Amino acid sequence: MFLFFLTSGLFLGWSLGANDAANIFGSAVGTKMVKFKSAVVIASVFVIIGAVLQGYGASQTLGDLGSINAIGGAFTVALCAGLTVFWMTKLQLPVSTSQGIIGAIIGWNFYSGNPTDLAVLSKIVSTWVAGPILGGIFAIVLYLLLKYFLDKRRIHLLKLDAYLKYGLLIVGAFGAYSLGANNVSNVVGVFIPSLPEITLNFGFFSLNAVQLLFLVGGASIAIGIITYSKKVMMTVGNNLMKLSAEAALVVVLSHSLVLFVFSSTTLSNLFQSVGLPGIMLVPVSSSQAIVGAIVGIGLLKGGRGIQYGVLGKISIGWIATPIIAGFTTFVSLFFMNNVFKMVVVQNENNIITNKINDVIIHPQMNTSVNLYQPLLFLIIIVLVIALVVMLVNLVRTSSQTKEDASSERLLKYESQEKMLNAEIQKVNTENAKLEKQIEFKRKEQMVIALSIIQKNQFLEKLKIKIDKIISKPEVKAEELITLKRLIIDNLSIDKEREKFNFYVNELNADFYLRLVNRFPDLSENEQRLAALIRLNLSSKEIASILNISTKSVEVNRHRLRKKMRLKREENLTEIVSKL
Amino acid sequence: MIKIFKTSKNVIINIDEYFDTVELGILNFKEGVNNYLEGNFTEFENNLKIIEVLEGKADSIIRKIENDLYIYSLIPNYASEVLNLLEKVDDIIDKVKNNLSQFDVERPFLPEEIKNDFSRLLNISVKSAENVIPAARAFFTDQNLVKDKIQKVIFYERETDKLATNIKRKVFKEMPHLKLSEKIHLRYFTLHVEEVSDAAEVVAKMLSSLVIKTRM
Repeated sequence: MFLFFLTSGLFLGWSLGANDAANIFGSAVGTKMVKFKSAVVIASVFVIIGAVLQGYGASQTLGDLGSINAIGGAFTVALCAGLTVFWMTKLQLPVSTSQGIIGAIIGWNFYSGNPTDLAVLSKIVSTWVAGPILGGIFAIVLYLLLKYFLDKRRIHLLKLDAYLKYGLLIVGAFGAYSLGANNVSNVVGVFIPSLPEITLNFGFFSLNAVQLLFLVGGASIAIGIITYSKKVMMTVGNNLMKLSAEAALVVVLSHSLVLFVFSSTTLSNLFQSVGLPGIMLVPVSSSQAIVGAIVGIGLLKGGRGIQYGVLGKISIGWIATPIIAGFTTFVSLFFMNNVFKMVVVQNENNIITNKINDVIIHPQMNTSVNLYQPLLFLIIIVLVIALVVMLVNLVRTSSQTKEDASSERLLKYESQEKMLNAEIQKVNTENAKLEKQIEFKRKEQMVIALSIIQKNQFLEKLKIKIDKIISKPEVKAEELITLKRLIIDNLSIDKEREKFNFYVNELNADFYLRLVNRFPDLSENEQRLAALIRLNLSSKEIASILNISTKSVEVNRHRLRKKMRLKREENLTEIVSKL
Repeated sequence: MIKIFKTSKNVIINIDEYFDTVELGILNFKEGVNNYLEGNFTEFENNLKIIEVLEGKADSIIRKIENDLYIYSLIPNYASEVLNLLEKVDDIIDKVKNNLSQFDVERPFLPEEIKNDFSRLLNISVKSAENVIPAARAFFTDQNLVKDKIQKVIFYERETDKLATNIKRKVFKEMPHLKLSEKIHLRYFTLHVEEVSDAAEVVAKMLSSLVIKTRM
């Protein structure tokens, strides 16, 4: 039954974990300095340790304010505080579970007729104001110290990054410890007076009922961190203010110190031992301590970028949260008592009678529960070994994966480069091959041209000789005339010439294009003439190839020069070759 | 997380090596152009070869740095800015390599009467680039020094601009014996040398904004 009533406290713990983990690791995770997984593991472990080892201090003050002696009352008080915090968070106010629970306890005091200790209340309220202010002061001092240190040490940006990553983890662990120590009493503190008396003995250490309660409370905060804090870290964590990693470290450390100061009995005792007043051990708001630290840094930087509206919202939180929680608790207690017939308040006499009855009926409840020690040791050792092996494996696998990914990328780059180089080489080889082919065809073209020229020269000679023979009276002219006609025909129609023309057109396709682009008035014959000039052939040779007289070639050359608008000093062959 | 210090150390070494490479590239450029001006073409070609190797090396180092910053999430807040900065520094070595190869390909004609001015222009432009590398180094180690070094870069860049204008004026107004094509060619090469200090100025401006951003 006790466990059922405890669920309202656990709900409060869950929402605290979900919201307040962002205060510790929000900036670090948001800026990707710390991985979410690492943040969650560290926050969960240290919040539980803080809750168990140091959670008692702050819970005593809550007890001084109002000791809720019925489990039904504790359930209602925790539930109302939880709902108030939930609703205020929806309104995006930087609300605190501490203020919610204090308001709810006062509501219970009103309902039960218990007097509220105003001296304790005023001290508690003063710590609410002191929390953010102290956070701001811590932040300013720490920020200045860190800045001085960094200016002096001149650490390389990348090394500083590595230090900051570790620093954020360590400070985050301290923050989680302080959060557990300071805020666990908000979660389960009201259940302390209704606790059944039980002790768990683990042999080398034992946990009493209060510590067990805090362990459960810490676990509920840890579950809140594991299940729901990612979303809050990614949104709320970044919304507060865009912080540099250094500033985030200072802010989280200041916040952690504030929470630690208000929950450490040792520190309070130390103060008292040197004659100073002891520190009031009170659950303070983690969110408000963070905002105080950020405002502190903002003031140090000249007050720019401070969202003064947030300060107003905090003040509203100081007043509105306790009033709403108190009022809701009062109304809920009335309903629980009268509608559900639940015992929410017990008289002092009833408590004493119940305790006596408990001792008589269940005497074993008061004895400590001894567990089977060797088995327990074995289980603990196995669990620790398994955890260590898992962690080592995890670290090794993750660093191996990173190394693999890194070398894979580099290998990919290299192979890409090699591939591109090979492609370039291939293209170059192909180009060289094509160049060779062009060169070969050019040579072939020249050979054909020369053969045409030689053949024509030979035929010319033959024609002249036949003419001479014909002029002699004793020779039969008719047959020789036929022979001469055959030679003349051969001079004009020639297969080699056709082939030559084809080569000229094919090889000079680009040249023709450039020529026409520059001199669009040129006729087809003039273009061919230009192509032959480009081969560096003389007028006589061109005449022979085209089967026209040398004079005609000269005339055509002149026309070509005119159409190309060349000056007297300009060389036609040179210009055509450069095209 | 555990290997982070080792990785950071590697990246620090790579960044230093990268800056060394760029610095060497700048010095080779200066030597190369001086060799060209003096007509030592064999040494000039040697400078060109060295600068080509250095440029390739700088590219491969920057790729390694980029890879490590990305894979190990180092300086996540400023990783993109730092990479951008290194890319801009890479522009300097790219520019000096291209310039030297343009000298090799185009072989500009530099008349005796402007050789001195051209040499001065080269020295000042290179000084600007030489000073921006220590500024970039200081950004990683001691950001208070960056401002002083940037001042020098800006000063040399302005001087380069002035000298370049003087050379161009001299070429176009006082050297009628040069062909227009030669004048235009000289103007281009003055511009090429000037561009080295411009690239240094881009890095300097980027550094000054980065210092503001990373300051606590």
